[in-house]
Amino acid sequence: MKKSKRIRYAAGFSALIILAALLFVVNIIMGSSRISLKETADILFGSAPDSPAKKIITDIRLPRTAAAMLLGGALAVSGFLLQCFFDNPIAGPYVLGISSGAKLAVAAVMISSLKHGVILGSWVMVLASFIGSLVSMGLILLISGKVRNMAQLIISGVMIGYICSSVTEIAVTFADDSNIVNLHNWSMGSFSGTDMEDVKMIAVIVIAGTIAAFLISKPLSAYQLGESYAANLGINLKMFRLFLILLSSLLSACVTAFAGPVSFVGVAVPHLMKSLFGTAKPLVIIPASFIGGAAVCMLCDLAARLIFSPTELSISTVTAVFGAPVVIVIMLRRESQRRSA
Amino acid sequence: MPEGVSKAVSAENISVGYGRITVAGGISFSVEKGEILTLIGANGAGKSTVLKSISAQLPLLGGYVCINGEELSAAGAKKLSKELALVLTERIHSERMTCRDIAATGRYPYTGRLGLLTEQDEKAVDEAMELTGISYLADVDFREISDGQRQCVMLARAIAQQPDVLLLDEPTSFLDINHKLGLLSLLRKLTKQKNIAVIQSLHELDLAQRFSDKLVCIKDKQAVLVGTPEEVFSGRFIEELYGIENGSFHNSYCIVEPQGTKGVPEVFVIGGGGGAIPVYRELNRKGIPFAAGIIHENDIEYPAVSSMAAVMFTETAFEPISDESIQAALEVLEKCPRVICCHDSFGMMNAGNAVLRDRAVEIGSLEIKSAKNAK
Repeated sequence: MKKSKRIRYAAGFSALIILAALLFVVNIIMGSSRISLKETADILFGSAPDSPAKKIITDIRLPRTAAAMLLGGALAVSGFLLQCFFDNPIAGPYVLGISSGAKLAVAAVMISSLKHGVILGSWVMVLASFIGSLVSMGLILLISGKVRNMAQLIISGVMIGYICSSVTEIAVTFADDSNIVNLHNWSMGSFSGTDMEDVKMIAVIVIAGTIAAFLISKPLSAYQLGESYAANLGINLKMFRLFLILLSSLLSACVTAFAGPVSFVGVAVPHLMKSLFGTAKPLVIIPASFIGGAAVCMLCDLAARLIFSPTELSISTVTAVFGAPVVIVIMLRRESQRRSA
Repeated sequence: MPEGVSKAVSAENISVGYGRITVAGGISFSVEKGEILTLIGANGAGKSTVLKSISAQLPLLGGYVCINGEELSAAGAKKLSKELALVLTERIHSERMTCRDIAATGRYPYTGRLGLLTEQDEKAVDEAMELTGISYLADVDFREISDGQRQCVMLARAIAQQPDVLLLDEPTSFLDINHKLGLLSLLRKLTKQKNIAVIQSLHELDLAQRFSDKLVCIKDKQAVLVGTPEEVFSGRFIEELYGIENGSFHNSYCIVEPQGTKGVPEVFVIGGGGGAIPVYRELNRKGIPFAAGIIHENDIEYPAVSSMAAVMFTETAFEPISDESIQAALEVLEKCPRVICCHDSFGMMNAGNAVLRDRAVEIGSLEIKSAKNAK
């Protein structure tokens, strides 16, 4: 590797890690109720007595920030895997309707369990979300076999997303339960309401999934060249494709199960990381996307909480404002490349 | 033990296709290291399918292929990836990859878990880029280079893979004439230098003739002939292989000539030696039926005349033009309103053509075309 590249990678990763760490701290300190920096430090590291402030920090802000961090990373990694899989730079769990499929499955399970007065564990939600993701993914795969055009695939995904969202809305509208407000919040996308137990589960799934993604960097880089070359380099295409689908679905399913659908992070972050590092090599982009996605989601969650405080915005409202322009830029750049080629 | 163990690649009676549909069958051939084997045949004959099957991307429907003496199905994908490299027609979608990055992907079978390049890998990549003459492109984005350069980078990638066998699917398809020549010359050099066996498919018959040690000709779902260029480019074989209908194919230089306009000749061209070829082409372009003569059978104009002239008069090679030939030609010449002579002077063997010219002068139908500019 060239020296200039090595410096760029080192600088990029350092900047990302510092940014993420900074955002983590800011997310815990800032909020609608003012808690001073000193008090926060005491609560986190000292043995401050029980107080409303302590409750806010340890039971609300800390798990919420941790969830935003981990799930943001998961989204970005899932998006990158899908982009490689479909050879499409604007693929992502949200635009392909995979998040919406997961959302529908989770809503269905939630509503029916609430009806019967059963409280289901988080893992059931993750499982439902995973199955929903896979069903949507299956639909997209069927369509992708028929269409060769990148825009058509995305449009199909967006349509699947709309259908799933509509059905979810209908279900939520007619579900009668006092928890409906929560359900509604969740179906719009939000990191609120996660507790430390959730965070533990998120951490296990997301960290394992991201490590798995990192470990397939090498075959993924060969897969980026196209299937024929990948096969020639000794990759078992069927197994590899299956693994990619399962992994990307699992990561995005985890996000949807805990935070609902979060838009555009999966598309925008990998792209920004590619620009930042000047490469599309999975070995670099997978860890970078994870940290970048974490930072972006923490930033967006902060914005969602603070802009109209105490009223909260849904997370997707904020991520869309940040992510959609990036998608437009990608498309414009593609177009200009196509013309110049 | 199957035959041809010492060969880099040997195919025995293979059938290839997709699922249950056989695209081509009964194909047998072998290639040794340092040899170039070229698949030729009409569009859709199954050349690409054969290449895909040899590289184990498609399962064989019958027969067997041995690479370095080991049957294809027995060799694992890992082992095969060190023995066999590809250059395909499909364009790869590279994103933010320099030409060196692309070439380096050839090292895949040799790198560790994370695919990091060792010093040895870097050296192999450098060497491959040097051999293919693209070192100067190392830091250029792969999407920004020309088609010709792109093929060289893909070739460098394949060389970096250090294969024993190289498969190329129509490697010259998108290239201009200069790059076609350049790529195939390079390929021939590498084949010898690196002792690689090459199997490729080509559409350009002239290049296939000049750059192949062996040819496999596929038609009607089977290999109709496997042989040297000298065996393949002989008689009317190529015309039959491709079912050429609207012209003729000539083996020695691998050229095609279009069909001429049939009918009563309006012009008589006194040609020979190559100078009249532009005249034939012009007349043919304008759709004017013409007679031509008297051409020796070994004359460079013979292929053009035999394909385009409505009436032609020929003479046995190396023989002076006989009186019978002159008489026959005169009969037609006298009926033509125009006679074009492309010679200022005549030699011993074509002295008979002077008689034709003199007769045209008498009739007053002669036009002189200088042959100075013709090559």
